[in-house]
Amino acid sequence: MIVLPLSHILIFSLLLFAIGLYGALVRRNIIGILISIELMLNAANVNLIAFSKYTSLAPETGQIFAFFVIALAAAAAAVGLAIVLALYRIRKTVYTDEVNLLKW
Amino acid sequence: MPILEMAAKFGVYAVMGVILIFALGVVTLRNLFHCALCLAAALIGIASIYVVLQAEYLAGVQILLYVGAVVTLVIFAIMLTEHLAGKTVRQNNSQSPLAIMALLGFMALIGTVIVKTPWPVTPAALASKVSVMGLGKALMGAYVFPFEVISILLIAVLVGTVIIAKKDTPERS
Repeated sequence: MIVLPLSHILIFSLLLFAIGLYGALVRRNIIGILISIELMLNAANVNLIAFSKYTSLAPETGQIFAFFVIALAAAAAAVGLAIVLALYRIRKTVYTDEVNLLKW
Repeated sequence: MPILEMAAKFGVYAVMGVILIFALGVVTLRNLFHCALCLAAALIGIASIYVVLQAEYLAGVQILLYVGAVVTLVIFAIMLTEHLAGKTVRQNNSQSPLAIMALLGFMALIGTVIVKTPWPVTPAALASKVSVMGLGKALMGAYVFPFEVISILLIAVLVGTVIIAKKDTPERS
């Protein structure tokens, strides 16, 4: 087994999370924002697995939480993309700054 | 064999770097279809990180569910809204410098915490092995209630997605 230091894996997932957060903050396209959110969820999953491998005495726990996160991410992607398609059918746009009907 | 172990470690770091490069591609490329392909590559890389951390079953689930299902769904959505994403349309809003500065601060803060914290890495946890049987037993034993909640949620999502995405009936519109 390859044993990396735990902090290196945490730094890696921190960078992945920051990249995803950057995408979620600056993208105009709603689909781009959804993709960035998937990246952030994956960074969280890497953290869960790393902690369950390195520090936990009940190592199944982290993996099961990662399964739940994957299921919730799939649900979020399905509902989000359905909303995007409905929005596109009604307003003919997928850009966040053009959807400002409820914005002051 | 220290030289072999060092080569393996170097390989893992290389995979991490490639994942980060693909992730940067996901958030910076102009063509959204290329972004989705970069996302698929990054997800496959993360699955290999799971294999390194000895979570093989999770790596399989990751490839099946993320690369198989979610990326396909995203590509479908991109195709259905495609002709909007022309070459001249701006893909980023104007808050990029602000976001980069805030994220640098965030990364410095969390990175300091990560480096300074004495993580309780135990040899007992490092030596333990998770089998698929153990996962199934935990899922049917201690975590059976969240498991059922997730299944109800997935049915609700299935119904809700169909209702949101279907065309309106003529008498309603």
